[in-house]
Amino acid sequence: MDETALMLARVQFAFTVSFHIIFPAITIGLASFLALLEYLWLRTAQPVYKTLYVFWSRIFALNFGMGVVAGLVLAYEFGTNWAGFSNFAGSITGPLLAYEVLTAFFLEAGFLGVMLFGWDRVGNRLHFFATVMVAIGTLISATWIIASNSWMHTPAGYTLVEGMYGLEVEPASWFEIIFNPSFPYRLVHMVLAAFLSTALMVAASAAWHLLRGNNSPAVRKMMTMALLMLVVTTPLQIIAGDVHGLNTLEHQPAKVAAMEGHWRNGEPGEGVPLILFGWPDNDTETTHFALEIPHLASLILTHSMDGTFKGLSEFPANERPNAAAVFWSFRVMVGLGMLMLLLGVWGSWSWWRGTLFSQKSLLKFTLLMGPSGLIALLAGWFTTELGRQPWVVYGLLRTDEAASAHSVPVLSFTLVLFVVVYFVVFGVGIRYLLRLIATGPDDLTADSHFSISTIRDVPDQPLGGKYYGH
Amino acid sequence: MGIDTSLLWAVIILVGVMLYVMADGFDLGVGILFPLVSSDDDKHRMMASVAPIWDGNETWLVLGGAGLLAAFPMAYSVILSALYIPIVLMLVGLIFRGVAFEARGKASAQSRHLWDLAFFAGSLLATFCQGVILGGYVSGLEVVQGQFAGGAFDWLSPFSVFCGVALIAVYALLGSTWLVMKTEHRLQQQMRAISAKLVWALLAFIAVVSVWTPLEHPAIAERWFAFPNICWLLPMPILTLLAAIQLLRSVKQGEAAPFVYSLLITALGYVGLGISLWPNVIPPNISIWDAAAPTSSQGFALIGALLIIPVILMYSAWSYYVFRGKVNMDDGYH
Ligand code: HDD
Ligand code: HEM
Ligand code: HEM
Repeated sequence: MDETALMLARVQFAFTVSFHIIFPAITIGLASFLALLEYLWLRTAQPVYKTLYVFWSRIFALNFGMGVVAGLVLAYEFGTNWAGFSNFAGSITGPLLAYEVLTAFFLEAGFLGVMLFGWDRVGNRLHFFATVMVAIGTLISATWIIASNSWMHTPAGYTLVEGMYGLEVEPASWFEIIFNPSFPYRLVHMVLAAFLSTALMVAASAAWHLLRGNNSPAVRKMMTMALLMLVVTTPLQIIAGDVHGLNTLEHQPAKVAAMEGHWRNGEPGEGVPLILFGWPDNDTETTHFALEIPHLASLILTHSMDGTFKGLSEFPANERPNAAAVFWSFRVMVGLGMLMLLLGVWGSWSWWRGTLFSQKSLLKFTLLMGPSGLIALLAGWFTTELGRQPWVVYGLLRTDEAASAHSVPVLSFTLVLFVVVYFVVFGVGIRYLLRLIATGPDDLTADSHFSISTIRDVPDQPLGGKYYGH
Repeated sequence: MGIDTSLLWAVIILVGVMLYVMADGFDLGVGILFPLVSSDDDKHRMMASVAPIWDGNETWLVLGGAGLLAAFPMAYSVILSALYIPIVLMLVGLIFRGVAFEARGKASAQSRHLWDLAFFAGSLLATFCQGVILGGYVSGLEVVQGQFAGGAFDWLSPFSVFCGVALIAVYALLGSTWLVMKTEHRLQQQMRAISAKLVWALLAFIAVVSVWTPLEHPAIAERWFAFPNICWLLPMPILTLLAAIQLLRSVKQGEAAPFVYSLLITALGYVGLGISLWPNVIPPNISIWDAAAPTSSQGFALIGALLIIPVILMYSAWSYYVFRGKVNMDDGYH
C-alpha cells in the first residue's frame, strides 16, 4: 500500500486513540474515587464527603461524555481504517470487544443516569449501588480492551489458518488468548496509571485552591486523599513497570533494545550500560551523545552485573522499531514517575511536619505535576505501541498489511476533520473542566444541576432511612 | 453441530441495531427538533428528558459494531471501509451532540446558543449520515476476494441521499412523540402539532421508498412481490397503515400512545428492510455464512450475548423506570 496513505492512517489512529485515552484514564480513577467518597459519606455522615462527591461527579460527567464519544470513533476505526487487521484478527479481537460492550459499556451507561441524576429519585443505598456499578464497569472495560491490546503484543492461544479470503487467526483457547503473557502486567500498569493520573489531577486542583488561600475542609480533604493515593500507588507503579519490562524482554526483545538504545553487545563480562540520555539513530545503528552508567542495564534487566541481552543490530533491519521515538518516550515516562515519587515523599514529609496546606513551593510543584500522570501515561503507550512496530500483531501481521485501501486525499480529509473537531470540541470541553475545578467544591451554586438543598443536606441516619424532604 | 451460530448472531445484530434505531432514534430526534422550540426552559426540558438515557441508547450502536466484528469480521471490514466517509461524518455528528449534553449546562449564558447549535446540527448530521449509510448499504457494495473493491464515493446516490432525508423525518417523529409523552402544557401542545405533520411526511417517505427500492433492486422486488411471499408479507404494509392511522388519531389526545405507535412503525419498517436483504450481510450477494468468523469465535461471544443481554435489558428498563413520568425543571442539567 501507498507509503503516505499508510502514514496518514497511522497518524489518524494515534491521534484519535491518544485523545481517547486521556478521558478513560480520568474516568477510571474518578469513578473509584467517587465510590469511595460516597461510601465514606454513608459511613461517617460527614458533609465534606458529600460536598466532594457532588463536586467531582460534575467533572466526572463531562469527562465521561467526552470519553464515550471519543471511544465510539475507535470502535469503528478498526473497520474503517484497518480492514486488513480486522479481517485477519477480528475473530479474536471482535469477541473481546463484544464482551467489553456487554459487560462494561452497558453497565456504565445503564447506571450513569441514576448516578448523576438519581439523587432525588432513588434511596441513598441504591444510589451508592449505581456509583459502584459505574466504577466496576470502568475497570471491566479496561480489562477487556487491555486483553485485546496485549494479545496484539504477545499473541497466544490461536492457530494460523488459511481462511476464505487469505491467512487469518482462529481462536484455539480463549483462556490463553485473554491471559496472554503480557496481559497481567499491562493491566496492572494501566490501571495504576489511571489512578495515579487522577490522584495527581485532584492534588493539583487542591493545590490551586490552597495557593489562592481557599483553605476549606473540602479542599484539605482532597489534598490529603490524593496525596495518600499518590504515596501508595507510585512505588507500586514503578515496581509494576520494572516487572513489565522484564516480561517485554522475554517476548519483544527488539522493543527493549530500542528502549535502552542498545545496539550490540561488547566484550564478554562488559555487561550492558544504562544509557541515561542520548540519541539512538536507526541509520548509523549507534546511540549518539550517550551518557552511560556501566553495567546498570544488565543489572536491571538480567539481575546480574555482566548479563547481556540482544542488541537492536541483531534484528533484521526491517524488523526494528524507530529507536529514538521509543527511547525518548520511555524516558519521559520513567522520568515523570521519578518526579511523582519525589512529590509523594516531599508531600508526606510536609504532612508530617504539618505544613502540607501552607508550603508554597510544595503546592506549586503539586500544581505543576497535575498533568504529569496523563503525560506519562501517553508516553508509556507510545513506548509500547511504537516499540511493537513494524508489527500490528507481533510477529504475525505487519502494519502495512493491516490498513484499509483508502486514497491519500480521503485520508487527509478525515484526518484534518478529526484534528479540527477534536481540538474544537474537546478543547472547549477541557476548558469547561478546568473552569469547574476552579469553581471549587464549596461554591456549587454556579450552574449546578443539583439543587442546593441536596448538597447541604446531611443524612440524619447514615446508611438507612431516607432523608430527602422534597 | 446443530446450532447455526451465524444465524443467531445475525438475529442478535439485527435486533441490537433495531433497538438502537428506536432508542437513539428518539433522542437524536429530540436534537433535530431543538431549534423549533424557542424558550430556554423548554429546551432544558427537552434535553433533560433524554440526558439520563442517551448513553445507554447509543451503546446499542457499539454492540452492533462489536457484534459484527466478532461474528462477521470480513463484513465488518468491508462495510466500514466502503462507507468510510459517511461513517466518519456520522461520528463527528455524534461527538458534537454527545458533548453538548454536558457542555450546554456548563457554558456561559452567551455561548450557550453555540451548544444548542452543536446539539441540533450534530443530531441532524448523525441522522442524515445514518440514512445515507443505510441507503448506500442497501444498494450493494463491490467486493473482490473479501475486500472492498469500489470507490470512495460509491455510497453517494440519489437513493442514499433520499434515505438520509427520510430518516430525519423518522427520528424527528420519534422525538416529537417522545416529548408528547414526557412533557406538559405548551411544549406538549407544540409537539402534538409537529407530530401530526411529521406523520404525513413519514407516510409519504414510506410510500416512495416502497416503490423506489423494488424498482432499483429487482432482487428485492422479487422477494416481496413473487408468489407466495406476497401472501405472508402482505400483513406488513397493512400493519404499518393501521399503526399510522392509530398514530394520527392518538396524536391529539394520547400521552404514551403516539410514541408507541411511532416505535411500531419504525420497527415495521426496519423488519421490512431485514426481509428485503436476508440472508445477505453484504448486499447484493454475500450471505451471513460467507462472511462468518470461525465457530469458536461466534460460539464464545454468543454465550456472553445470550446470558448478558437479558440482564442488560433488565437494568436498562430499571433506569427508564427511575426516570419515568414528566420531566420537571429540577431534572437534568441546568
Ligand atoms: C484502559 C482503559 C481503556 C482503553 C485502553 C480504551 N478504552 Fe475506550 N473506554 C474506556 C476505557 C478504555 C472506559 C473507561 O470504559 C470509557 C472511557 C470513558 C468512558 O466514558 O468509558 C471508554 C469508552 C469507550 C467507548 C464508548 C462506550 C459507551 O458507549 O459507553 C468505546 C466505543 C470505546 N471506549 C472503545 C475503545 C477502543 C476501540 C479502544 C482501543 C483502541 C479503547 N476504547 C481504548
Ligand atoms: C489507549 C491507549 C493507547 C494509545 C495511546 C495507543 C497509541 C498508539 C499509537 C501511537 C499507535 C501508532 C503506532 C504507529 O503506527 O507507529 C497505535 C497503533 C495501533 N494501536 Fe494503539 N494505543 C492505545 C491502545 C490501543 C488498544 C487498547 C488497542 C487495541 C485493542 C490498540 C490497537 C492499535 C492498532 C490496531 C494500531 C494500528 C496499527 C499500528 O499502527 O500498529 N491500541 N496505538
Ligand atoms: C518509573 C518507572 C516506570 C517503569 C520502569 C515503567 C516501565 C514500563 C515499560 C517497560 C513499559 C513498556 C511495556 C511494553 O513493553 O509494552 C511501560 C508502558 C507503560 N507505562 Fe510505564 N513505567 C514506569 C512508570 C510509569 C508511570 C508513572 C506511568 C503513568 C502514570 C506509566 C504508564 C505506562 C503506560 C500507560 C504504558 C503502556 C501500557 C503498557 O504497556 O502497560 N508508567 N512502562
